Amino acid sequence: MPGASFEAGKSVDFTTIYVPADRLVETARALRDTPSLRFNVIIEVTAVDYLPRAPRFEVVYHLLSVPNRQRIRLKVRAAEGDLIPTIQEIWPGAGWPEREVYDMFGIIFANHPDLRRILTPDDWEGHPARKDYPVQIRKAVQTYEPLEVSEEEFTANLERDRVRRQVK
Amino acid sequence: MAEMRTETMTVNMGPQHPSTHGVLRLILELDGETIKSARPTIGYLHTGIEKTAEQKKWQQVIPLVERMDYLGAQSNSLAYVLSVEKLLGLEMPERVQDIRVLLAELQRLASHLVWLGTHAMEIGAVSMLFYALRERELLMNINELVAGFRFFPSYFRVGGLRDDLPRGFHEAVTAFLDRFPAKLDEYEGLLTKNDMFRRRTEGVGVITQEDAFAWGLVGPVSRAAGSDYDVRKYFPYLTYANYDFEVSTAKEGDVFARYRTRIREMRESWKICSQAITRISPTGAWACDDTRVVPPPKDKVYTEMEALIQHFLIYSQGFTVPAGESYVPIEGPRGEHGVYIVSDGTNRPWRVKMRPPSFMAIQALPKIIEGGMIADVIAVIGSTDVVMGDCDR
Repeated sequence: MPGASFEAGKSVDFTTIYVPADRLVETARALRDTPSLRFNVIIEVTAVDYLPRAPRFEVVYHLLSVPNRQRIRLKVRAAEGDLIPTIQEIWPGAGWPEREVYDMFGIIFANHPDLRRILTPDDWEGHPARKDYPVQIRKAVQTYEPLEVSEEEFTANLERDRVRRQVK
Repeated sequence: MAEMRTETMTVNMGPQHPSTHGVLRLILELDGETIKSARPTIGYLHTGIEKTAEQKKWQQVIPLVERMDYLGAQSNSLAYVLSVEKLLGLEMPERVQDIRVLLAELQRLASHLVWLGTHAMEIGAVSMLFYALRERELLMNINELVAGFRFFPSYFRVGGLRDDLPRGFHEAVTAFLDRFPAKLDEYEGLLTKNDMFRRRTEGVGVITQEDAFAWGLVGPVSRAAGSDYDVRKYFPYLTYANYDFEVSTAKEGDVFARYRTRIREMRESWKICSQAITRISPTGAWACDDTRVVPPPKDKVYTEMEALIQHFLIYSQGFTVPAGESYVPIEGPRGEHGVYIVSDGTNRPWRVKMRPPSFMAIQALPKIIEGGMIADVIAVIGSTDVVMGDCDR
């Protein structure tokens, strides 16, 4: 691919490459259409939140080439608020997984025709799979009122989680 | 003559509908009985399993992932366990791998039996369900024998199995395997040449191989459309390379082709099971010998200090997994199941992501049913064999 630089990633299973976001669509098209590659199946689109690293997100694409019996992993680094182009025009099956990534991580896919929440209700607040989304808040159950978390409780919870992770 | 006025009608199907295999909602726009557009709405069974898994130790995640695709419970945990073992770099003894193959195939049979019963029942052959569940009951009994649980055995563990095989395991499996082929003929006798069943299924819900791949449908749906892609053959895991079996395919890509594909897949699974049960010795190694992961034997715990420490560490803090990521696909009952895990080097996973075949199947549902008749929706949903727990996680 002319003018693009790719970075190989470390992996224990199959090839991983980092792709710049503005090159993603043409890279994907080349991977699908080049006769020696022919990655014709989209396996999944997901993301990982590496808070506090910056940029915090990595969007992960798993592709499969049935004719060549090969797999590849593409990764795109994304910061909060970055736009990632959709690859739905290349593999239509990427549509819902991208919606799920938006729902769970709040990563915006540019030009996506139907970017709505998919697993959580439409009026849900926050993006549950983010690392700073509170899960381990200890509070009495409030059945009829929305859960409100103060700034202090929020940081205290994060801190507790961090300490717990350091136990090896 | 007055001009005829026509308008489309919007019909809401679900979420609580007995033939949506869980809670799936479809908003259908109808022109007469023809479907103009379909919009699936999912998420009713979303329980945040992937987020919960990040709070658990590596070994504690296994019961959680088994609850995703609740009909193919052991394929979920198998994919997860293989993925973690890949990061740890563990090699399993051959006996463990053979037992895993056997249990995974029995799980496939159990899952396909539920599919067969419910799919045929929805199309109108109600009695099929009772026949299919009769044989599945025997498989549930085997699960109970092995692990004490019928639905979610959690028998596969990182580092091997939970325990050695119980007494009577070989007899139970052999009794089932002896009985099964005749029963499969019985099912086929009820359905394969049944005129009503064929008229409901032939030429209905066709999807081509290219479309199936582009929509991410790898599994029985793409095999029914002419592909021979099967993870067990393309990317052999466990000891599948040593087994003699064929990939079952069909060409037409319709509901009936998917039916035939799965029925033949059951026969092939039976072949694998019969080979596996002769290879597995009644007693032997049931875990690898890596002391990082597998607790030392009890007699050593009582006599040696090091073993006691190791035992205590494994049961209190769990083990750590080297930082990195891995994705291991396996051939589950509904297609490629895979688990993508990311580790930050601690005793808890940083991210666990299941690749859900049902999620992709429901995404492609409008593509398959648009332009068809409303009565065929039920046949198509049944033929893709979706499980909403797998879809919503």
